[in-house]
Amino acid sequence: MFKVEELRVRVNGKDVLNDINISIDKGEVLILFGPNGSGKTSLLKTILGFSGYTIERGKILFEGKVLNQLPTEERVKLGIGIMFQHPSKIRGVRLEQIAEFLAGDRGEIEKLADKLSLKDHLNREINLDFSGGEMKRSELFQVLLQKPKLLLLDEPESGVDIENISIMGNVLNQYLKETNASALIITHTGYILDYVDANKAYVLIDGKIWCQGNPREIFESIRKDGYEKCKECEWKKV
Amino acid sequence: MEKGLTNFGKEDLEKISSAGIDISEKTRSASFLQEDGEVILTKSLLKGVEILNREEALSRYPEVRKYYGKAFKTLDRDFPKDTEKGYFIRVKKGTVVQLPVQACLFLKKKRFEQKVHNIIIVEEGAKAYLITGCASSKSAEESFHLGVSEFFVHKGGYLNFTMIHSWRKDISVKPISIALVEEGATFVSNYICLHAVKEVSMYPTAVLLGKNARASFNSLILSHLGSFQDIGSRVVFREGNTSAEIISRAVSAGGRIIARGHLKSEAKNVKAHLECRGLIISQEGTIHAIPELETDYRDVELSHEAAIGKISREEIEYLCARGFSREQAQAIIIRGFMDVEILALPEILKNEIKQLEEKTLRSGF
Repeated sequence: MFKVEELRVRVNGKDVLNDINISIDKGEVLILFGPNGSGKTSLLKTILGFSGYTIERGKILFEGKVLNQLPTEERVKLGIGIMFQHPSKIRGVRLEQIAEFLAGDRGEIEKLADKLSLKDHLNREINLDFSGGEMKRSELFQVLLQKPKLLLLDEPESGVDIENISIMGNVLNQYLKETNASALIITHTGYILDYVDANKAYVLIDGKIWCQGNPREIFESIRKDGYEKCKECEWKKV
Repeated sequence: MEKGLTNFGKEDLEKISSAGIDISEKTRSASFLQEDGEVILTKSLLKGVEILNREEALSRYPEVRKYYGKAFKTLDRDFPKDTEKGYFIRVKKGTVVQLPVQACLFLKKKRFEQKVHNIIIVEEGAKAYLITGCASSKSAEESFHLGVSEFFVHKGGYLNFTMIHSWRKDISVKPISIALVEEGATFVSNYICLHAVKEVSMYPTAVLLGKNARASFNSLILSHLGSFQDIGSRVVFREGNTSAEIISRAVSAGGRIIARGHLKSEAKNVKAHLECRGLIISQEGTIHAIPELETDYRDVELSHEAAIGKISREEIEYLCARGFSREQAQAIIIRGFMDVEILALPEILKNEIKQLEEKTLRSGF
């Protein structure tokens, strides 16, 4: 249902992604590993069509439709949702306003806000004076209200305490199971693997997909030997 | 039948409403209306609130005469004497007024020069909300409004003053006001100007005269192409243990804005903060922020922050990633920037003014 084919992306005149090929089936969860600066977030922003990410080559396909030329909001309307790693703080714009735009149903908003301990945050300015964990919960809250068919999650668990990781992980997993949605998840800590059913992972290094395999196996290998070792590994190279 | 707020035509009524005036008077405790040079309505529904033509008040009450010009004398400043009428409002000692008092200064005639002098007295321990709507009719081409206002908030008193400007693009306006705030008293001033105007020049000042006096100035300004707004707020601290806050949000959609702020401490143990934020949403727009802090003593805590810029691309893209179009995202960010919550409005006015702002911003720039 989602495909990236031979994608090359430039930012400020520099190639940040090269020859990227990704495929995600309906209901499938793909994990993306990679060191800082390897291009993971750039990939998510390119998928959503953010300015400054120029596609030099290749295609992004969602349910058979080429997204390359579509504005961000049109891609979102097709069913792609993102949870940002560093979301914007917007003065005077309240979480509630966005929630109401996304869901319309007050009951649904309250229910999910309650599950994610965000009821007291609804009337607050979005991400302003939110703690790291609160931001992540607010991001998950918004993306789930969007009811996307494909979730792009950029380090959903970073900065979140163990208790809240468990709450978020369970809420996310429940959504994925109930809706049979797909997801592309970037993770450094690997905690999220305890909550979602992921059976495929890619490693992105220097803007290229280096290898693919079982998420747990790859994560263990990175944890043990780091990405340098990963680079040397030839057998899994795509 | 007495000529009142309901005697205006539809268009004029809409304009008057857009300046925060409740035509039905149902949510107000007293009302005043002056059209050009004529006082049309003075009505109070509360015993503790007097509302009159200022000239009439001066001739009727000898004790009021000493107030005329007193605020200016305190600052050793001169003021225009060629004024006529204006409103006189007195909230009697200990009276707490829940519903706001409203005053409307309306311009109807072409090239008319409305020059008023208002006197507002909040006696000891009294509390009131005052909303002043300044508006003009379609017919008031190239008119001029001068509004001299003197506020006296006596010991332990509280005055929350909201002024809304709803002029037309060829009208020039010059409000000159000073508030004297005594011991334990509070003066809050909210200013909103979202409509086009030719020129507004104002630098209202609060003078804190007694311990634990407090002042707060908050303003929301939207400047249209062709408008020039030189708007500031100043607080002078004449006594210690006093505090103040000045917050302004200015958006230029093509107009020229000078956003001033001045905190002047003439006493020790003063605490005050000045915040000025500007957003430029049009190539033609300009904003010049001039925050000033001044003290004669070391033992003060005065601070300011000023920031000017355009809407950030990240903020727009964040909202687009939630499904908003770029235009919707921009509108939401501007509305958020001009957040009515920054005004210290009483609950009863908050929703009204939110709706007023929504309506104005929705109609475009």
